[in-house]
Amino acid sequence: MISIHLILFLAFGVIAVAGAVNLLVQRHPINGALSLIAVMAALAGEYLLLGAEFVAAVQVIVYAGAIMVLFVFVIMLLNAGVEEQTKGSRVAFLFGIPGMLLGSLLIAWVLLRHSDTQAVAVGALPGPPTAIGELLFHEFLLPFEVTSILILIAIMGAVVLASKPTPPGGGPARKVKD
Amino acid sequence: MVPLSYYLVLSGILFACGVTGFLIKRNIITIFMSIELMLNGVNLSFVAFAAHWHELAGQIFVFFVMVVAAAEATVGLAIIISVYRTRETLNVDQVNLLKL
Repeated sequence: MISIHLILFLAFGVIAVAGAVNLLVQRHPINGALSLIAVMAALAGEYLLLGAEFVAAVQVIVYAGAIMVLFVFVIMLLNAGVEEQTKGSRVAFLFGIPGMLLGSLLIAWVLLRHSDTQAVAVGALPGPPTAIGELLFHEFLLPFEVTSILILIAIMGAVVLASKPTPPGGGPARKVKD
Repeated sequence: MVPLSYYLVLSGILFACGVTGFLIKRNIITIFMSIELMLNGVNLSFVAFAAHWHELAGQIFVFFVMVVAAAEATVGLAIIISVYRTRETLNVDQVNLLKL
């Protein structure tokens, strides 16, 4: 009997795989970025099916929201055009894709055949934000604080890297309007 | 009821698509997006295992992966902007010097 859970899993899974394949097929980066947003939205649906509400919300807000907006912003800023294909990628097309398909088929066969895994029920593990927060601020407090330092360093690195280089005369990096 | 292995297979397919894109793409931004796709595939397996073993820590790991991905995206895109300023190209074949 096909349950509604399986139908939803297959629907979101088909959307995710279609978006991932579309990322490979599209030549223009903006199309790839939009299909990646579709993948992330579909994955948020999968997280909801697994009962991870908090992760689903963060996936939509941080990944599909913040990170992808950054990507689209940079694509627009650099006015990235259609990518040029090179001769070297023909080898990848001839051997890489069949090899990758073969490898994933093998892994899928092993996983489906030799695993006596139990079915995962809908909402088997409720992931309410309160439980996540308790875990995050008690057991994982030190890693949480370390990530804040990581974010700070990333911000400083981004500002240093993306700011205009100093002119050779040793003048100020950018003119400040008075 | 969906078996755990279905989630793992979906996660593997997404990861394989990410690896393929990383190898065959020539645009540096698309290569970067393929890395994000790989991270998403791994996140799905984290959440599936968390639900399977009834261990909430798996979802915390996803949270940390997202934080690191955000930091990586920020720095990586800044590097891409810096490379584009000096090279005037986004094709990785033409970026063959570490020197800026």
